[in-house]
Amino acid sequence: MSTDDSTSGLERAIEARSHGLVGRALGLQGFWVLAAALLAAVMLSFATDAFATPQNLFNVTRNFAFVAIVAIGMTAVIISGGIDLSVGSILCLSAMVTGVVLHDGHSVWVGIAAGLAASLVVGLINGVLIAYVRIPPFVATLGMLSIARSLAMVASQNKMVYQFGPDHDLFLWLGGGSTLGIPNPVMVLGASCLVAGFALRWTRWGARIMAVGGNERAAILTGLPVKRIKIGIYMLSGFMAGLAGVLEASWLGGVTTNLGQSMELSVIAAAVIGGANLSGGSGTILGAVVGAALIEIIRNSLTLLGISTFWQGAFVGTFIVAAVAFDSVRGGRRTSAG
Amino acid sequence: MPILECQAISKHFGAIHALDDVSLAVSAGEVVGLMGDNGAGKSTLVKIVAGNFPPTAGKLFVDGSQAAFARPSEARRSGIEIVYQDLALCDNLPASINIFMGRELTRWIGPLRVLDFKAMSRRAAELFVELKSETRPRDVVRDMSGGQRQAVAIARTRLSNPKIVLMDEPTAAISVRQVAEVLNLVRRLRDQGIAVVLISHRMPDVFAVADRIIVLRRGTKVADKAISATSPEEVTGLITGAITAA
Repeated sequence: MSTDDSTSGLERAIEARSHGLVGRALGLQGFWVLAAALLAAVMLSFATDAFATPQNLFNVTRNFAFVAIVAIGMTAVIISGGIDLSVGSILCLSAMVTGVVLHDGHSVWVGIAAGLAASLVVGLINGVLIAYVRIPPFVATLGMLSIARSLAMVASQNKMVYQFGPDHDLFLWLGGGSTLGIPNPVMVLGASCLVAGFALRWTRWGARIMAVGGNERAAILTGLPVKRIKIGIYMLSGFMAGLAGVLEASWLGGVTTNLGQSMELSVIAAAVIGGANLSGGSGTILGAVVGAALIEIIRNSLTLLGISTFWQGAFVGTFIVAAVAFDSVRGGRRTSAG
Repeated sequence: MPILECQAISKHFGAIHALDDVSLAVSAGEVVGLMGDNGAGKSTLVKIVAGNFPPTAGKLFVDGSQAAFARPSEARRSGIEIVYQDLALCDNLPASINIFMGRELTRWIGPLRVLDFKAMSRRAAELFVELKSETRPRDVVRDMSGGQRQAVAIARTRLSNPKIVLMDEPTAAISVRQVAEVLNLVRRLRDQGIAVVLISHRMPDVFAVADRIIVLRRGTKVADKAISATSPEEVTGLITGAITAA
């Protein structure tokens, strides 16, 4: 009798959660942002016939894909308690390296490999500066923001690159074309989102970056390889920016040295709106993607409704503050309840 | 034979003698209260045993054989676990993940190696039952009481079947009711044959749970007595220096 009792007690303890499935969904900022994005989309399709057309939806999804791809890497960085201000410049550098290599007559794969390699190297340098030289992430990546864009200018002599050599058409298809009716950048976004979302939730890597962001000292004391983890995170962030850079260059059909300028702000905004906490320890991949979508829907709706795009910043800014206020109100309630 | 033995340990930081010729021994299933005022050398001693830094002079024996730790992981490997004062927990993660941090259980789904949440929750639940704590493995540490947090930190030490557990001020920042809970956790460790060193400022807690008291003052050992042979008044005198030795 007593063994039965204790076993069922054990089972209950194992299964026990403070919140059920619905409760956990309601507690996720990404859920509310998704609701807001859907609500905005529904309202827009009533307000204007131009929104729910296949062409407009195609454009909206492709436009936000670039920011969302970069935001996936940024979310990992923010969860670990860091920040990466250099993503816009890495995006530009990667696009430029790819462009220059293609222009020199190399195949599209060599070009893309060169661009992605450049972004990984920049991410590695960021990571080493932060993990080993102990430069605060804000400062290290602020420096890199300047350096990477400058290198892109050096690589191109500050000229626009728009002729991509023998594989010109194939390269333009990668970012500008679509597969099964879905724009290629959105395909890449979907795949990245699945892989990163899975890794964050189900692997040691995910649990460990959560731990580093939650309490770095504890992570060190329990013997986690915190330095290597951090380097990996900044390389991931660099890689995602590089990937978006290659796709955006291909979509635009040309690379200039102001590509991705101040993009880091939209990317951070997307991650934060999606529930990533700038003090580290929480955030979701899906949230960041939905955050990027919401920003694009706001931009698109202002255009469609004939409101000056000058208002865009006001709306996006309001959402950032509202999202963080939402989180802090929730946090306050939790503390008083606990 | 003692599980942990320090022989004439000294630690000097430049001209400062943090520890001078301190010897002590702790046996299996024994709780030793290590007391002393701020700066008496308690944390220096703990850090030497934990492998944070080597002693300037003196020898350390674990289970009868001499040990010299270059880093904390080596101390852990020879069966020494530390419960840090701030517990070193990640507030944003569930109890089970905190317990298994750095030694996560995984399983294979095809080619993918994924976290085995179920196995970790099960093992964590078993540890909590063993510690008679009503902590639930899936609860996030942020939402827990001070006593439950202690249970998580102590459960973590149990994963590796340690011989010695050093607890740094486990009752310093929690409510009275939770103190009783933590002291019960200490007794549970003792009952399993683990040597527990309890570093504490709180006289009633040490007298409630320890078998023996060691008092440090200004880096030297001034008392090493069975609980039954001393009194809180005497220990207070020893800590402050009103009584010079006992």
